[in-house]
Amino acid sequence: MTIQYRVIIVGAGIVGASIARILSMYGNFDVRLVEKEPDVGWGVSKANTSIIHPGHEEDPNTHPLRAELCKKGSEIWREWARELDIPAKWPGELMVFTNEEEEESARKYVELAKINKIPGVRIVYGEELKHMEPYVNPDAVGAVYAPTAGAISPFEAVIAVVENAVDNCVKLLTETEVKGVRVQGGKVVGAETNRGFIEGDILINATGLHADKISHMACVEPNFFIRPRRGEYLLFDEDVKVKPIRILHTTPTPITKGVYATTTVHGNLMIGPTAEDLPLDAKDETSTSTGGLEKMWKEAGKILMELPPRSKVVRTFAGLRPEPPDGHWLLKAYDDPWGFVNVAGMRSPGLTAAPAIAYYILDQMVKLFDIRLLKKRNWNPYRRGIVGLNGSSLHEIDELIKKNPDYGEVLCYCKMVSKAEILEAVERMKKIGVKTITIDGVKFRTCAGMGRCQGSFCRWRIALLISQYTNTPLDKVVVKKATYGIGDVKVLLRAMLQTDS
Amino acid sequence: MIERKYDTVIIGGGPAGIAAVIKAVELGLKTVLIENKDLLGGIPLQCVHPGFGIHYFKEDLTGTQFIHRLLDRMEKLGVECLLKAHVCSIEYKDYGEKIVNVITRNGVMKLNAKTIIYTAGARERHLFEIGVVGDRPDGVYTAGEAQTLMDIYGIMPGKEIVIVGSGDVGLIMARRFALEGAQVKAVIEILPYPGGLMRNVTQCLKDFNIPLLLSHDVVKVVGRKRVEKVVVAKVDENFRPIEGTEFEIPCDTVVIAAGLRPNIDLLEKLGVLIDSATGGPVVNELLESSVPGVFVAGNALVINDLVDYVVEQGELAVKGAYIFVSSNGISTVDWKSVVKGRNVRLVVPHYISGKRDVTILSRVAKPERKVFVRVSEIDVKEFHIAVRPAEMIKLDLKKEALSKAVNESKITLEVVPVG
Repeated sequence: MTIQYRVIIVGAGIVGASIARILSMYGNFDVRLVEKEPDVGWGVSKANTSIIHPGHEEDPNTHPLRAELCKKGSEIWREWARELDIPAKWPGELMVFTNEEEEESARKYVELAKINKIPGVRIVYGEELKHMEPYVNPDAVGAVYAPTAGAISPFEAVIAVVENAVDNCVKLLTETEVKGVRVQGGKVVGAETNRGFIEGDILINATGLHADKISHMACVEPNFFIRPRRGEYLLFDEDVKVKPIRILHTTPTPITKGVYATTTVHGNLMIGPTAEDLPLDAKDETSTSTGGLEKMWKEAGKILMELPPRSKVVRTFAGLRPEPPDGHWLLKAYDDPWGFVNVAGMRSPGLTAAPAIAYYILDQMVKLFDIRLLKKRNWNPYRRGIVGLNGSSLHEIDELIKKNPDYGEVLCYCKMVSKAEILEAVERMKKIGVKTITIDGVKFRTCAGMGRCQGSFCRWRIALLISQYTNTPLDKVVVKKATYGIGDVKVLLRAMLQTDS
Repeated sequence: MIERKYDTVIIGGGPAGIAAVIKAVELGLKTVLIENKDLLGGIPLQCVHPGFGIHYFKEDLTGTQFIHRLLDRMEKLGVECLLKAHVCSIEYKDYGEKIVNVITRNGVMKLNAKTIIYTAGARERHLFEIGVVGDRPDGVYTAGEAQTLMDIYGIMPGKEIVIVGSGDVGLIMARRFALEGAQVKAVIEILPYPGGLMRNVTQCLKDFNIPLLLSHDVVKVVGRKRVEKVVVAKVDENFRPIEGTEFEIPCDTVVIAAGLRPNIDLLEKLGVLIDSATGGPVVNELLESSVPGVFVAGNALVINDLVDYVVEQGELAVKGAYIFVSSNGISTVDWKSVVKGRNVRLVVPHYISGKRDVTILSRVAKPERKVFVRVSEIDVKEFHIAVRPAEMIKLDLKKEALSKAVNESKITLEVVPVG
């Protein structure tokens, strides 16, 4: 009989979730996916450029793992997007150059494409460029066209992958923070958490920005540190005029892939990111700044025909990339302590490579821990997304309402999200094991509150529904990390006023 | 899909829509009123403060009282309403035929309408739209959202409050919070003068010792989970923060009261021409937009100071719809445009015939004292001791006076100093 390993995956971001999904294919593993936040995908995975990179920007001489896994990941995402019903599109990208100097550095990527065997990469000029992308800045000289580039919805990707993993017997433990890695006799035996000790034979560290800390807990890689690199973004209303068809970006610099201007899978123009190295301890410094956003504005102006008016900004946000020393991903299984695995420093192209990283890690584990893999016969590769009104025809909407009248009650106007979708999001959160149903969790599953009013019309209505369906008083419903209200108007502060006087 | 035919379909069950449906039924138009929520009334339902109805009912009422008077009238008439119904699109078929597609719990309804009265109100500007940077913690509300929580659901959003924007909504919410025992740390206004009515500055801030910081802006929101503080700075004449003037205000709640925008997504998609000054549609004196038979009233037309004006617009739009239905359209005339002259920032309506009495609503660009509000083409002028952007100027023009402009293609509304 094969031994079943108890695996603790720490961190339910895109990397941890992908590993959970891959391990769930085999009977060898009993997997616990441990996440400190109330929901999955709330760290690095949530706020990024959402691009699936073709792989022509990775130099195999300096970063062989990145080059190999980026290309593989990009291929696997096409399959996963279909199996898991993840919003995705594949319009290809244009690395735009505006002068000779930029053209020279852009040419490098055509060479890299040849080495990395990325298909279809070529340089396009003038007329052809404008034909491919009517919204490109008319001053652009040309661009490196990479037809295999795509974009996905990163937060929905994490949710989809986790739902599927849980469906295949992975257990998700949210609001569970790892405080220590317990090692006995040179072997991992489990994790200390705020909810008690979790036994495990293998512990996979996929904790994004905090992977250095977790690694140090196991006394592994004491000199490995992750630096947060901040990127700020601007997101525009769906109805702006300039919405690029392709993924546009400027020519990369040594520290970033350049500034992107894309139309997200949800139809919003997004520009960003900046690239700003922060102190090692600034791992929750996701604030935006006037300077950063101004810079974005200027850079995006170089690649776009025109920028929409500022009043069309629906959201500004910032994300952090976990930058490892010299940009080297740390993907490694250890035999001292036996059972520890680092999946650390997942800077770009981490999202693209995530599924390939998961396979790579499995391979490392199999070799080092001497595992003979046993495929589950009943593994289910499929997951369906929440069916929504947005994008459906009137006839389809009518059919949906016939089946469930809650589809006939629209709560979020801007993104046209119905009560049925919101309730399904709540049910799905409960099903994967989310303990606190948050308004943000509903937002990431349905897009309710992501439109031009940013939730001022619908936030309270969604809060009411959550309150009703989770038996939580309205003021105790959690928005993201804090409650919506602080208590009852009549008894709370008014009573204090009377005592004062 | 359910199909029905109407003379007029009214979209939005707030004060403008309710006033419109009453009038429409009185005039014998086959009408339906559509509302997304499960009850009619709109925003006044949650307005427990007075100041409603002084012009229309000649009485000072709360928002709730005001709207219930209208609702009582409506109920006596027996009006057809669709509640929990969401208009997802409007299709233009022909001059006298539009299709309003409505999502309801009973299925999709296709309402064939000769005319539409669009009264979907406004939406609030949010934090990102006004360019506030920093963290994105919980504890940030728009004023209307905070009001819904407090006065419909009895929930207190927070206890140490900073309000961004001194429009009427911001001022009224400052007082609401103070009345419930919350500490209102400050009302921040980027302009050098308050954005709301003078009576509200006195009654809502001065009477409660709430500081009003003019020419200031919130430059940053700070907080990991919930709001912890805001960073505020003085601004220069271009509304740019002045370096070195920043200071912090600790608070747990930020209320954004940075103004309203007409909620006109559906009209934009229908191809209605929008006036960038009002943010609402360009209309003629019957409040008909650039798309024939589509009338607009209330805050969807222009952000009003008083619900009384909103109700009047609702009634006027029905008058237009009635003419449209009974005479197969609005008769062809030489429309005169209403031009914005000196110190006039916006004006509604945009076109007049000169053959009917009209009410011109306008706002000035900057405050002034002792001025004439003047239309020189017809020798009309009205003295005002003071004009402020916050206070709409209502100018009633009689058709007799307008007849002087019979050969003009425009009339010009201007605000000029006395002497």
